[in-house]
Amino acid sequence: MKKDRLQDIGVSAAILALFGFVSVLILALVYAQTETRIQDNQRQALLKQLNEIIAAERYDNILDQSVITLPPTAFNTKRAVQVYLATKAEKAVAAVFMITTMRGYSGAITLLVGVNHDQTVSGVRVVAHKETPGLGDKIDVAKSDWIQVFQHKSLQNPTAVRWAVKKDQGDFDQFTGATITPRAVVATVKQVLQWSQQHFDELFTAKKMINHE
Amino acid sequence: MNDIDYKKIIKDGLWDNNPALIQMLGLCPLMAVTTNVINGLGLGLATLITLVASNFLVSMVRSYLRPEIRIPIYVLIIAANVTVIELLMQAYFHDLYQILGIFIPLIVTNCIIIGRAEAFASKNNIASAWLDGVMMSIGFMVVLVILGGMRELFTNGTLLDQAHLMFGEMARNWTIHFVDDYQGFLFAALPPGAFMGLALILAFKNYIDARQRKAAVLPVNNAVSAVIK
Repeated sequence: MKKDRLQDIGVSAAILALFGFVSVLILALVYAQTETRIQDNQRQALLKQLNEIIAAERYDNILDQSVITLPPTAFNTKRAVQVYLATKAEKAVAAVFMITTMRGYSGAITLLVGVNHDQTVSGVRVVAHKETPGLGDKIDVAKSDWIQVFQHKSLQNPTAVRWAVKKDQGDFDQFTGATITPRAVVATVKQVLQWSQQHFDELFTAKKMINHE
Repeated sequence: MNDIDYKKIIKDGLWDNNPALIQMLGLCPLMAVTTNVINGLGLGLATLITLVASNFLVSMVRSYLRPEIRIPIYVLIIAANVTVIELLMQAYFHDLYQILGIFIPLIVTNCIIIGRAEAFASKNNIASAWLDGVMMSIGFMVVLVILGGMRELFTNGTLLDQAHLMFGEMARNWTIHFVDDYQGFLFAALPPGAFMGLALILAFKNYIDARQRKAAVLPVNNAVSAVIK
C-alpha cells in the first residue's frame, strides 16, 4: 500500500519533470534559432529611431555601438542614461541621449534627445510613455507634432528661464488639460542641454571616447 | 466524445459562454487595453494565436495529465508557448511584434488561456479543442473591438484611429471622424469608462437573452393555461 503510493508520487513527479524538460528544450532550441535575428531586428529598430534624430547621412560611424552609459545620478533620474555619439570622418557631429524621466503624469517617459555639436537640439522623440490617451500622449510624434518645436532650440534660444511651459512663464505650449506631461519633457530637454554644455569636452572633443569602438 | 457538437462549441464561444461576457475571464487586460478599436483588435489577435496554440497542446497531452499535477503542467505549457510565440514574432515579424508585442506579456496573465485548458482542452480531442480556442478568441475579440470602439468614439469622436500601426500606410485614412472639432471626453478613456462600457455591453447581452427566454417561455405558458382552463 505504502509502496504503491510512493510509486504513484514517483510517476507524477517523472511526468512533471518530463514536461519541464521538453519545455526547456523547445525554448532553448527556439532561442538559439532566433537569437541573432532578434538582435539584428532590435538594432535596426534602434537605428531607425536614432535616424529620426540624426539623419543617416550626417554620420558615418556605427552609431548604435558608439555608446557611453552615464550613471542615473548624472541626471538625477532612476535609470542609467545612454549616450550615442555620432561622428563623421572622426569629427563629432552630435550626441543622442536616451533618458528616462520619472516626472510624467503616470510615471516614466523615455526620451531620445539629440544635441548637435553647436549645442542646438537636433531633435526629440518619445520612445516610451504611459501618459493619458487623448491628453498627455500628444508628446508622441504619431499623435501630434508638438515634440518638433524643440528642433534648433538651444539654451540661448530661448534663454534658460524661458525653458518652461507657458503656464510657468516659459516659451513652450502645454496641452489643454495636461501640463505635467509637457513640463516633464521640457525640463528633461533643458537638463540634457545643460549637461551637454557642462561636459562639452567629454562629449564632443575627447577622441578616445568617441572612437572607443 | 464520438459525436462532437461543433455547433455548440461555436455558439458557446461566441455567445452562450462568451469568455468576456459570461465567464468574465481576462477582464484586466480587456479593460486596460481597449482605449480604441485598433488596440482591442491587437489584443484579440494576440489572444487568438496563444489560445489556439495552448488549447491544441493541452489537448494533445491530455492523456498524460494527472489531476494533482495538471495545473503546473498547464502553466509550463502556456508559459513556454507564449515565450516561443514572442521569440518567433520578434525574429520573423518584427514590425508586427512592435505593435502586438506589448500585449503578449499580458496574455500570460490572461485567465482565459488557463481557464479553457482546464475546462475544455484537457477533456476534449484536438479538433474540438482547436475549434474551441478559435471561437473563444473570436468571442473575446468581438467584445474587445466593441468596447474599444465605444471608448474611442466617446474619447476622440473617431473610429479606427491609428489603423496604420497595424495595417500599414494605406490604412492611414481609414480613420472615421464623426464629429468635426470634437472636444473630447476623457472619462471614456480612463478606467471608469472601461467599467461603464463593459457594463453596458453586459446589460445589452442580458437584455437580448432575457427577451429570447421570454419568447421561448410564452407559448408554453399559453399551453399550460389552456390545459388549466
